Amino acid sequence: MQGFASEFRIALSLILNGDAELWAIVLLSLQVSLFAVLISALIGMPIGAALAVARFPGRRVLIVLMNALMGFPPVVVGLLVYLMLSRSGPLGVLELLYTPTAMIIAQVVLVTPIVAALTRQVVEMLADEYSEQLRSLGVSRLASVPVLLWDARLALVTALLAGFGRAIAEVGAVIIVGGNINHVTRVMTTTIALETSKGNLALALALGAILIGIAVAVNAMVSAASLRAEQEGLRHA
Amino acid sequence: MRDLVSEMTNCLQVRDVEIRRNGSALLDVSNLVLDGPGPTLLLGPNGAGKSLLLRCLHGLISPDQGRVLQDNEALNATHMARQAMVFQQPVLLRRSVSANLDFVLKRQGLKRAARKARIVELLAEGGLEGKARQSARSLSGGEAQRLAILRALAVTPETLFLDEPTSALDPNATQMIERMILRASSRGVRIVMVTHDIGQARRLAADIVMMQGGRVVEHGPAKQVLDSPESEASRRYLAGGLVT
Repeated sequence: MQGFASEFRIALSLILNGDAELWAIVLLSLQVSLFAVLISALIGMPIGAALAVARFPGRRVLIVLMNALMGFPPVVVGLLVYLMLSRSGPLGVLELLYTPTAMIIAQVVLVTPIVAALTRQVVEMLADEYSEQLRSLGVSRLASVPVLLWDARLALVTALLAGFGRAIAEVGAVIIVGGNINHVTRVMTTTIALETSKGNLALALALGAILIGIAVAVNAMVSAASLRAEQEGLRHA
Repeated sequence: MRDLVSEMTNCLQVRDVEIRRNGSALLDVSNLVLDGPGPTLLLGPNGAGKSLLLRCLHGLISPDQGRVLQDNEALNATHMARQAMVFQQPVLLRRSVSANLDFVLKRQGLKRAARKARIVELLAEGGLEGKARQSARSLSGGEAQRLAILRALAVTPETLFLDEPTSALDPNATQMIERMILRASSRGVRIVMVTHDIGQARRLAADIVMMQGGRVVEHGPAKQVLDSPESEASRRYLAGGLVT
């Protein structure tokens, strides 16, 4: 028990004294996840909005598929991205395996369905409300997409934060494609797993505390954004 | 013989229009011509097809059969661009009051300075000065409906359709909106409006279209329809309306 207490003290000092290794890991984690969420937003939001306003055969099937992808197991995503990026894979020539870019790709695959599905849900709700008014104002279906995305912005922030929460806490996929290489691809979650197995609990605890802090902050922001969206009359289901 | 209707401008015609759902006719209007100068009010009980007819006239709903004509041409996108509609529940963008107006003015290709000037004019017209930066969603019911009408007027429409715009408003708010409607009408905007309020019909209407069961049962000058209705359906509706 005394040992754990001492590990907690060391963890606290690592955080408060600005341990370079610890904060480098935190920074890389944030960079990877923020890039992944940004790319997911650029891909997922237009897809979600298009699915919300467009009407075509097979649309329902696509929506079900997209919703199913939200629960895709991260290790399977890691495996698939590994196969794509490995030397004998179709993208092996790019030599991205075990780089932060590979981790970003894996997180994009995980986060994009979340962003797209939540965007579709939010935009479809708003489109139902706006549909006749926008048509009356001469706004075509296609031209209504940016209008709807802008007016759903508060609820979409919630979608992005949910995606970020998924990305930053992810371990299975990034450890497969990133490899957890010191000073190169070591992020918070993979370092916690590795250091715990080595018995270096202080660093694992310090990173765990920061990760929990980020998770709490993200959830607080999600709540605040949801509340604002609700006040604006757009309850996010 | 010359077709008198063809000489009119901004003349709306409904010819043999039918909308059916599950085997029953929701709208069945054989012939209706709206070519008078003053506001036209559509009256009738719930389910009479008033709102449906309004949407057909604006092109939001295509009839299963028949045609809606404007100036003897089938209603098209060009006609729709010269029309505007205000709904029973005002649908406002989740933006500020001025941004709601700016959205429409920008689509008309107005430059920034012209848009700003027009927004000031419109806000004054609707008594919403000082609310420009307020979120449109935080307006009261009456203010929200006034903003919806201003946004419709920002299109500079030839025809303005209004679907029960005062149904949820108190007398003061109703009066403000009625004044806006009459001002627009006096500037030459054709007003076609749905209401249940017989008093409002008396105050606003130049002509009245009485509907029941998806059909037009009577169409004529307001005074005539309200004071000496020809159809039994009109008499029953007006008697009930006056009692309540």
